Amino acid sequence: MTDLSAGGIPAARPKSSLLTEDARTKKRNAAERRFKIYGLSAVLLGVAALVMLLISILGNGLSAFQQTYVTLQVELPAETLDKEGNRNRDEMAKVSTFGYSPLIAVAVENAVTEAGIETELSPQDQGDIISKEAAAQLRNFVLANPNVVGETITFEFLANGRIDGYLKDRVTRETAALDKNVSPGQLDLTDALQEAGILEQRFNWAFLTMPDASGQRPEAAGLGVAIMGSLYMMLIVLGLALPIGVAASIYLEEFAPKNRITDIIEVNISNLAAVPSIVFGILGLAIFINFAGLPQSAPIVGGLVLTLMTLPTIIIATRASLKSVPPSIRDAALGVGASKMQSVFHHVLPLAAPGILTGTIIGLAQALGETAPLLLIGMVAFVREYPSGPPEGFFDPASALPVQIYNWTQRSDPAFVERASGAIIVLLIFLVSMNALAIFLRRRFERRW
Amino acid sequence: MDDLRIVERDVDAKETKISAKNVQVYYGDNHAIKDVNVEIADKTVTAFIGPSGCGKSTFLRCINRMNDTIDVCRVEGDIAIDGEDIYDRKVDPVQLRAKVGMVFQKPNPFPKSIYDNIAYGPRIHGLAKNKADLDNIVEQSLRRGAIWDEVKDRLHEPGTGLSGGQQQRLCIARAVATEPEVLLMDEPCSALDPIATAQVEELIDELRQNYSVVIVTHSMQQAARVSQKTAFFHLGYLVEYGETGTIFTNPEDPRTESYITGRIG
Ligand SMILES: Nc1ncnc2c1ncn2[C@@H]1O[C@H](COP(=O)(O)OP(=O)(O)OP(=O)(O)O)[C@@H](O)[C@H]1O
Ligand SMILES: [Mg+2]
Repeated sequence: MTDLSAGGIPAARPKSSLLTEDARTKKRNAAERRFKIYGLSAVLLGVAALVMLLISILGNGLSAFQQTYVTLQVELPAETLDKEGNRNRDEMAKVSTFGYSPLIAVAVENAVTEAGIETELSPQDQGDIISKEAAAQLRNFVLANPNVVGETITFEFLANGRIDGYLKDRVTRETAALDKNVSPGQLDLTDALQEAGILEQRFNWAFLTMPDASGQRPEAAGLGVAIMGSLYMMLIVLGLALPIGVAASIYLEEFAPKNRITDIIEVNISNLAAVPSIVFGILGLAIFINFAGLPQSAPIVGGLVLTLMTLPTIIIATRASLKSVPPSIRDAALGVGASKMQSVFHHVLPLAAPGILTGTIIGLAQALGETAPLLLIGMVAFVREYPSGPPEGFFDPASALPVQIYNWTQRSDPAFVERASGAIIVLLIFLVSMNALAIFLRRRFERRW
Repeated sequence: MDDLRIVERDVDAKETKISAKNVQVYYGDNHAIKDVNVEIADKTVTAFIGPSGCGKSTFLRCINRMNDTIDVCRVEGDIAIDGEDIYDRKVDPVQLRAKVGMVFQKPNPFPKSIYDNIAYGPRIHGLAKNKADLDNIVEQSLRRGAIWDEVKDRLHEPGTGLSGGQQQRLCIARAVATEPEVLLMDEPCSALDPIATAQVEELIDELRQNYSVVIVTHSMQQAARVSQKTAFFHLGYLVEYGETGTIFTNPEDPRTESYITGRIG
């Protein structure tokens, strides 16, 4: 320093070797290493949390995709099922499930004797290894195919939830001894039937297609209605939120004058994105159900509420991606005499599309997993009827995936733990595929340049 | 015949294309252009020179109303092209900009193919009746942009993949494709190397046959080389305007003199 003030050239630095680190470099490198370790541990922590989540959910839920079925020859006597003998569907519908249950019990007994299995169980107890839902399924099948009456058909019956649990190691002989719904003797019979190839575990498509079932029949509970409800709501959200959100963003970003009012609107949109979703549920209840008189539990109401929720996300994402399009592109378009609208639609929007798509799909994914507002508008109801095709189906009662999960976790039968986890897997698969779609679309749009 | 045409051109050259009277431009409270009066002739190259921030770009953007896109910007006074007030309420700036083309300081090709870059303007203005027509316009424009030979084999590759100089010539070609009557160029060569600059200057000289060209430049040599008229701006004022030769050899105003001799700027 003294050399400097003296106006001279600073003394030459002592010669140092490049092969040895000096103190400052050492310190800097140490700091860098430390930071890398922090960062890496943060990432590892995140990954570990994700892995734990996946292990727990997959461990609990994968078995929901396996279901125990019992294949039986069941006789369908015309004299009990179709008294008139004219195979009239309406006439036959008068026979309730009570008319079918004995047929199944007989079928089980026959199968047991035919396979040469020795059992001390009463025929009633033997029949109980079949799901209580089985009678209804057989009845539906017969009503759909009236000409099978009078014949003996091969039918696959759902096994009782406890029997299914036994095959999945959820039920053991010790728990069965304490359980009034199943006895160790029935488990022995299960083993024997499995040996004989009458009872087996198979991939459970029904889990994805069947409607929900009551708390006593976990084996019959499926996600069909919930998936349809969620699908309908996503259609509504996509159909409403995307055009409205994109139009609003384009207007705000490209056309609206920058003044106090647009500032206020901007702040409000950001705030809306942070409003707790349950508030949107209350709003939906007040406006769409109480005021507009739309039906409860209907996908249309859920879709509208979720649209309101998703709009801010889409608007914020769209505006951000519109902002990131360089202004020189707009100038270029205006410079050759394009109108504002042409410059936006021909040049700016295509460049912003990947960002808009990503934002939209993130918004949709958020909406797909949203539970709270749907509870308020009655989507938590127990719905066994499939909604009809769109657009009428939008007004039919339906459930939704996250609500179905919530619903199942509330039920007492331990088999529903497996069902709920299975439903979470389905939900996750939907979310992952939506994200994959987002990435795919983005790549496609970006690949142009 | 030939002689006649030369005479004609000389007569044309004296015709006023753009006339500005008492033009004031404000960016909010910032008075960027102060009382500018200028008459720009047809089929001439007019150069705007002046130190950075003196309002050259601002004034240039008044001529095709690109300033309309800046919220805080306010333009007062009259600017007329062919005697028609371009700030008249009845004038649609979009129509005006088809007539007054612009080349920006930074090359800004559309992120589309070279072909689409050129074809965009003619398409939206309906200048081509069919595909062959459009192909023809594209080729002619690229030729006039002195870039045809370099890109004729890759018309369908992205325009953004060209080098900076090629992009700028592409932008010039894009501007002439819409058949404007006035061409505004804001420092078109600032991103170019000497060879590309020479090509663009040559091009400007050719464009003079058909258009009224206004060019903003920081290079005194460039102004001297390409322009017939020069306007010197300083702190928002139009200090001096006249024949390029006169401005450079015999300026009236001391500020002009100090600028071109390199004392202010
Ligand atoms: N978009 C804008 N908003 C606010 N003020 C601006 C804007 N553009 C330019 N100005 C102001 O207007 C004045 C003139 O700017 P202008 O861009 O016209 O200068 P210039 O002569 O083109 O300079 P340069 O040679 O550096 O390009 C400057 O004081 C600048 O700060
Ligand atoms: Mg400028």
